[in-house]
Amino acid sequence: MVKEIERAGVTVVHMCTVTPISMTVGANRIVPTIAIPHPLGNPALTHEEEFELRYKLVEKALKAFQTPVDDQTIFD
Amino acid sequence: MSFRVVHYINQFFAQIGGEEKADYAPEYREGAVGPGLALNTAFKGEAEIVGTVICGDSYFNENLDAAKATVLKMISDAKPDVVICGPAFNAGRYGVACGTVAAAVKDELGLPVVTGMYEENPGADMFKNKVYIIATKNNAAGMRQAAPKMAALALKLAKGEKVGASAEEGYMPNGLRVNFFEAERGSTRAVKMLLNKLAGKPYTTEFPMPSFDRVAPGPAITDLAHTTIALVTSGGIVPKGNPDHIESSSASKFGRYDISSFEDLTAADHETAHGGYDPVYANEDADRVLPVDVLRKMEKEGKIGGIYPYFFTTVGNGTAVASAKKYGEAIGKELRDAGIKAAILTST
Amino acid sequence: MRLELGEIHISDIKLGDCSKVENGTLYVNVEELRALLLEDEDLASVDFEVVHPGESVRVLPVKDVIEPRVKVEGNGGVFPGVISKVGTVGSGKTHVLKGCAVVTTGKVVGFQEGIIDMSGPGADYTPFSKLHNLVMICEPKEGIKQHQHEHAIRMAGLKAATYLGELARTLTPDETKVYETSGVMSGKEKYPDLPRVGYVLMLQSQGLLHDTYVYGVDMKRSMPTILNPTETMDGAILSGNCVSACDKNTTYHHLNNPVIADLLEQHGKTLNFVGVIITNENVYLMDKERSSDWSTKLAQFLELDGALVSQEGFGNPDTDLIMNCKKLEAAGIKTVIITDEYAGRDGASQSLADADPAADAVVTGGNANMVIHLPKMDKVIGHPEAANIIAGGFDGALEPDGSITAELQVITGATNEMGFNKLSAR
Repeated sequence: MVKEIERAGVTVVHMCTVTPISMTVGANRIVPTIAIPHPLGNPALTHEEEFELRYKLVEKALKAFQTPVDDQTIFD
Repeated sequence: MSFRVVHYINQFFAQIGGEEKADYAPEYREGAVGPGLALNTAFKGEAEIVGTVICGDSYFNENLDAAKATVLKMISDAKPDVVICGPAFNAGRYGVACGTVAAAVKDELGLPVVTGMYEENPGADMFKNKVYIIATKNNAAGMRQAAPKMAALALKLAKGEKVGASAEEGYMPNGLRVNFFEAERGSTRAVKMLLNKLAGKPYTTEFPMPSFDRVAPGPAITDLAHTTIALVTSGGIVPKGNPDHIESSSASKFGRYDISSFEDLTAADHETAHGGYDPVYANEDADRVLPVDVLRKMEKEGKIGGIYPYFFTTVGNGTAVASAKKYGEAIGKELRDAGIKAAILTST
Repeated sequence: MRLELGEIHISDIKLGDCSKVENGTLYVNVEELRALLLEDEDLASVDFEVVHPGESVRVLPVKDVIEPRVKVEGNGGVFPGVISKVGTVGSGKTHVLKGCAVVTTGKVVGFQEGIIDMSGPGADYTPFSKLHNLVMICEPKEGIKQHQHEHAIRMAGLKAATYLGELARTLTPDETKVYETSGVMSGKEKYPDLPRVGYVLMLQSQGLLHDTYVYGVDMKRSMPTILNPTETMDGAILSGNCVSACDKNTTYHHLNNPVIADLLEQHGKTLNFVGVIITNENVYLMDKERSSDWSTKLAQFLELDGALVSQEGFGNPDTDLIMNCKKLEAAGIKTVIITDEYAGRDGASQSLADADPAADAVVTGGNANMVIHLPKMDKVIGHPEAANIIAGGFDGALEPDGSITAELQVITGATNEMGFNKLSAR
């Protein structure tokens, strides 16, 4: 889906845990996330800590949006 | 009543001549010629070659449009139920001619058609995903083995019967995976394959690795503060109760739901439909998969212009690439039409 | 290790006053068994049905299938660390009630349970249509959490299989198979010229309904490690998952692992079956890297020439599969992998989510997206409407006349990636 949306002229950031799949399938901007059942969360933390964690991950996505890329790039 | 078959062959198999006669113009003869006799025998009375179209390989390849048109007309005038081309074995121009004629018969005449050639014949790669190509040996000594397979597949197509897997029917894998039952169980086949691999003997993989296409990266966003971001997920986040019944696996659709009034997703209003991961965490707090709460804060802080009022969701569990492509196209179109330049897609 | 597996052939199951095995018939006193199972307070009720091959009956949603076994001689007991006390198993003598199984069903816990049809087209796709099955319909107490519900049904199945297996303890087997494996050094001495082959057994370990237990340990919490091939025959590995019914390894599959059976068949003849490396499929990328590094390290330590790798599940575990394969090949260990496919209903999509040219020797259990029409059966045990939400099903999969149109995914064991079945695809 990432590729088709990007083909339509929308810049896409793929936030996912299993980045090798994202790489194989061909996403261009990738942000690695925490775990499969909770990519943007961590149930071991308090609600406030989780929000912080989530905020930082989405910030990486914002950085990815603003970075020109020629090839597949993982924003760690 | 037996099926009517038209057979396409070259000047060599028609016993007209070799290279020196490769410029032979298309000719129609009644009944079977050369290898057509072997095919007739293989039909066992269920089908019969009513006519044969003969064309020199050089003539065909050098006068592609005209030759194709002439050949096609000869074939259609004979009113066949099914058409057979070749087999071409390893003869390159013949293989390309067979593939071209077969594809045209399928696309322009709408008739079932079978051809055959050796896997290294250039015509094979060009046409195996378009028409059924029976895999043959690399020279005419393979006729005895090729004719029955070509005849059998032609009969199946003429009868409208379901075509089995490539390994069962003998055609070259054409990009469509078909299930069938082997003689031995998978573990036994695997042990045999490993023993061959260890001994340096040849083995054939049951599944060649796939390749994925690429798309050019979208441009960097220069004014994020005034850019609206759209949210998409394959993690199956849906309004509580999954009102559109998106499937837990192999999703047949995607959902489009209003989040304009949500500052935060909670267990009261959202859940996951995805059957491929432990749902507990996403059901407790869907922001863990679709970060609405964080994006709302960033909107208030002026870091982003806003969030697109609808989010798109489907279940990525066992959902085929072709399906995902369709949903991506539809979502991409809506976003493009709405002037959206950026999207975050989350996956589980 | 040396294990004698004595098979008692069962050709019928009848409910009766006294639990016993007589002349190939398994008699079950369900009152006694029910009382035993209801000691678990999480269960509200357990009902029993018997189904035979060829009957027009459908069971859904299926949670697990377990074969009754009992340890007659040798260390430990069956299902060690879970039912029996912990103790290394895999040697001595074990009896098996062959030709029958316990099948657990009940209210849907999640999205993953499956269907077993005992006749019709669906029967061709599951090995369990060929067995006489004691079906246990387990219903949970109101209000228990999903994790408790899954645990309760899992334990009920294992307890029932143990109870029935016990009936075989003093019987004389109809057929006995002897399995003998060697240690690393003695194996090398005994078979100096045979290629050294290992089996990398990948186990699903992704959370609720996606877990596997080894001697009672949740595999997601374990590093890859080594097992003797015969340990699985005594139930060292148990299923806690139904990851999509078609490629879930039921406990029956673990007890009857076909790769282990086929490698043992060739052991000492065409290859030296050195051992089994078990590994997991975790939800963190770092775990995937670590586990595949570790499995490869163990394979190198055992100085393997070749390895057979079997997967469990699909999707993100395709990455574990490809990592294992790539790293083994890079270490010079020739690899064959067994997987299944999700190529779409038309068979045209890429079958795996991850790929690498190093994976050039693949055996497939078939395309799980293939659509199948299951005709109505005279009897349905369980909850028919589950067809609409289990993986491979969809809203409307269950037709008003009782027939089901769904993907092959829904059939328990249909595309098994241990290579249990003959189904394949090209």
